[in-house]
Amino acid sequence: MTNGHPDQPFVIGGRTFASRLIVGTGKYRTNREMVGAIRASGAEMVTVAVRRVDLDRSSAEGILHHLDPAEFFLLPNTAGCYTANDALRYARLGRAAGLNEWVKLEVIGDERTLLPDTAATLEAAAELVADGFKVMAYTNDDLITALRLEDAGCVSVMPLASPIGSGLGVVNPYYIREIKRRLTVPVIVDAGVGTASDACVTMEQGVDGILMNTAIAAASDPLGMARAMKLGVRAGREAFLAGRMPAREIAVPSSPAAGMLERETT
Amino acid sequence: MRASGDRGADGAGDAASAAAGRLSIVLNGERRVVGAGLSVAGLLRHLSLEPGMVVVERNREILARDALAAVPVEEGDRFELVHFVGGG
Repeated sequence: MTNGHPDQPFVIGGRTFASRLIVGTGKYRTNREMVGAIRASGAEMVTVAVRRVDLDRSSAEGILHHLDPAEFFLLPNTAGCYTANDALRYARLGRAAGLNEWVKLEVIGDERTLLPDTAATLEAAAELVADGFKVMAYTNDDLITALRLEDAGCVSVMPLASPIGSGLGVVNPYYIREIKRRLTVPVIVDAGVGTASDACVTMEQGVDGILMNTAIAAASDPLGMARAMKLGVRAGREAFLAGRMPAREIAVPSSPAAGMLERETT
Repeated sequence: MRASGDRGADGAGDAASAAAGRLSIVLNGERRVVGAGLSVAGLLRHLSLEPGMVVVERNREILARDALAAVPVEEGDRFELVHFVGGG
């Protein structure tokens, strides 16, 4: 890829992933569109939710009928949980499906913003780590919680760019950069990215990866947006590695000042 | 094992269904009546569910897949049958 700055492999919890883009599987119009978009995104890690089987409509198949665990690394989430205990229950149900011992831990604290309950997230993270889980924790863009989650043994800390499903992009790039600077485990920005430029800007902050769902699923053309996101993540990563020029609020000419003809006086 | 509070509130109905060789259970939050003598694996077959595609929680305890055939369905059991769906 880049000449001067070959990238490091993307390793989470001892496992190497082919793509720094992680995608969700929710909100697609059809399963066919979902699988097509995920393939177009190039993502290897893919999140799934745990829900009741619909006993009245036996045609409502589980997602394993459409996504092959041999092709994608499926990451069960605890989305929709508002307490640490509910998150533990969902995480354990997800693990019992027998795919892996990983979980995307999410404990929500507020219905309007879907912002995380960081105290409950920390409590659940410690319990799940002790229970043998590899925990990837969704959290706020708050450094102190991020440090505590790392101390609790999470394999990745995942601060939001902005609220889930909002498409607002990174609202606090400084906080995201500081979290990345201070943590040792991979920092993956989870939620809030709206379009490819958001993905690019997010990766330019130096984070290790991005997790997104709605930005692709709710696009007019999810396959097209999945390709754009793949390129946006790649462009942002390469720009970060290449090292951007300093920003300055004054123009500096690109062409030589020397060798100009005699300037006409006005 | 089960606390009596886990049993259905409708005690008379339970007795009547048990007498008829049928059990009253709660499946994903809904009361259902099934034939007595089923194992959990048999219950899944009865519901046309593939055991490999479902995780079973019985009275708040997750059942291992290889135990499904050995665990009987009992009066008042509360089951949660879950699987993976799309999510972010």
